Amino acid sequence: MLDIQNLHVDVDGKSILKGLDLSINEGETHALFGQNGSGKTTLVLTIMGFPRYRVTEGRILFKKKDITHLPVNERARLGIGLSFQHPPAIHGVKLKDLVEIAAQHGNRPFKTAEVAETINIPQDFLARDVNFGFSGGEVKRTELLQLLAQNPDLVLLDEPDSGVDLENIELVGETINKLLDRDKRSRERHKAGLIITHAGGILKIVQADKAHVLVDGQIACSGNPGELLNDICELGYEECVKCPR
Amino acid sequence: MSKVDELTERAEKAREKKAAYGPDIPLESYTSKAPAHQKVQTLKMLPSNYQNQSLGVGIDAKEEERSGSFFQLDTSVVYSKASAQNVEVLSVTEALDKYDWLKDYWWKAVAVDADKYTAQAALEFSNGYFIRAKAGAKTVLPIQACMFLAQESLSQNVHNIIIAEEGSELHIITGCRTADELLHGIHVGVSEFFIKEGAKCSFTMIHNWGPEVAVRPRSGAIIERDATFISNYVCLKPVKSLQMYPLFRCVGANATALSYSLLYATEGSHMDVGARVIMEAEQCKSDVISRAITNGGEIISRGNLTALHRDVKGHLECRGLILGDHGRIFAVPELDGAVPDVDMSHEAAVGKIAEEEITYLMTRGLSEDDATSAIVRGFLDVEIKGVPPALQEEMRRAIHTTEGIGL
Repeated sequence: MLDIQNLHVDVDGKSILKGLDLSINEGETHALFGQNGSGKTTLVLTIMGFPRYRVTEGRILFKKKDITHLPVNERARLGIGLSFQHPPAIHGVKLKDLVEIAAQHGNRPFKTAEVAETINIPQDFLARDVNFGFSGGEVKRTELLQLLAQNPDLVLLDEPDSGVDLENIELVGETINKLLDRDKRSRERHKAGLIITHAGGILKIVQADKAHVLVDGQIACSGNPGELLNDICELGYEECVKCPR
Repeated sequence: MSKVDELTERAEKAREKKAAYGPDIPLESYTSKAPAHQKVQTLKMLPSNYQNQSLGVGIDAKEEERSGSFFQLDTSVVYSKASAQNVEVLSVTEALDKYDWLKDYWWKAVAVDADKYTAQAALEFSNGYFIRAKAGAKTVLPIQACMFLAQESLSQNVHNIIIAEEGSELHIITGCRTADELLHGIHVGVSEFFIKEGAKCSFTMIHNWGPEVAVRPRSGAIIERDATFISNYVCLKPVKSLQMYPLFRCVGANATALSYSLLYATEGSHMDVGARVIMEAEQCKSDVISRAITNGGEIISRGNLTALHRDVKGHLECRGLILGDHGRIFAVPELDGAVPDVDMSHEAAVGKIAEEEITYLMTRGLSEDDATSAIVRGFLDVEIKGVPPALQEEMRRAIHTTEGIGL
């Protein structure tokens, strides 16, 4: 579903991604590890098409179509959805309105209030300005609500569990499982996912098929998520940097 | 010398007096005379293009969900009616004939010699409205008043008196606009508000002028003990020159004045708009909130809170948004505390839309233009407490029908 080839990306004139290759098939969920500043967020924002993230070389194929230079909204319409790590707060734009805008591209009926309730978002919250005064956990859950409405085929999740309190972590994990078809048998899964996680906590609930370690703008290592995470926990990211693989 | 003579003399002396703010308008290039228009039995009898045009400023010709209506075409009051009990809607000349006491209110909240425009309103007076809620009368449905300017090169000089008597509740929506075909004109509007003890009055003014029209509203309010006055001003359409700086005086204990302005200036428009509140008694409260957007035009957004008494509280907020590469927003917030133990604050911010916000909305499928519109609409979506839903809806409609905002 997603095929990234030799991707080079500059942000404000600084080179961040330096020849990155990554493929994610339909039904697969991949995890992406990496130190702060290694380029994880840059990668998902580039896949989403943020104009600040300038592709200088390489290309991004989605559903076999070259989307390297498509605007953000067209990528969204093609079926790419992103849960932001730190989304902006926007005065006067109501959460409910934004969810309903997202649902217009979801190709299925969506009952905002009902779904919101299932992820502990109270009714009065829907009438609030999006992300304004939301706690870290509320931001994450409302991001997931927008994605549930949008129903994307490729789900990009940037640190979906950071700031989420313990009592909601299970709920967030289960919601991600639903978004990624992880609650279905493997042959019935059609969604693809890429989860950025620095500490890997969310992977206790969301089973990823494969994991990658990003070091200095390139995939330094790929493999079994559990094993990679164990290595990182034991040896630290410093070892990944030194690792000759 | 009689009171009337004294006022006339003061006005005569101020005939050439330039206003403290805003470009000077040569009044001699306008006429204050216009052919009389016939009265109508219902607003539906007005020419249909006038009906449609006034709809855009919150005036409903069907008079649904209204407690009364007033319509002035050029210098003629063609319609006035109150449909709620204990509420009066009259032309101000009729009211002056009917009530001898009304002269005690005449030029009490606005000085007749403030500048050449107040002088013009006194000397070349072309009617206006009188709206009164009698003591204890509470109306939730608004009264609508329209000032319509159709005569080419007319100076429409109106003088309005609004009285909310003790314990009453009154909501007014005033729509002012020019006929689509009118090129050149000026509207001088004096409005004096008297909000008596325990009364509540909201006044929502939606303006839709032409690109060659000058506008000089001159408003003042006197707010007594435990009373609340809410002023909402919306001007989102082109205007050559608009300048107003109304003065709201909180004279009784626990009086509240709230002012909200929503402004949008395209190229060629100059707006100098603000509000002043003087808090003269204990526990007075005030908010002066403005949202200004320039898309090539110039906006000076003023605000002044003055505390003359201990134990008062006020907040001034001015936010400006610059769209495109041209245009200017100049925010002038002023706090003036002359006594100890006052609590006044202000915040002002002027900038462009953060690209990050636009892109965020685009990730949910909105085009760049639609995302920008949503943010601009959101910027103007100020929650105004104490205004009935019908009026909130009119303000929202004005926002949504503005080109460049409500795409």
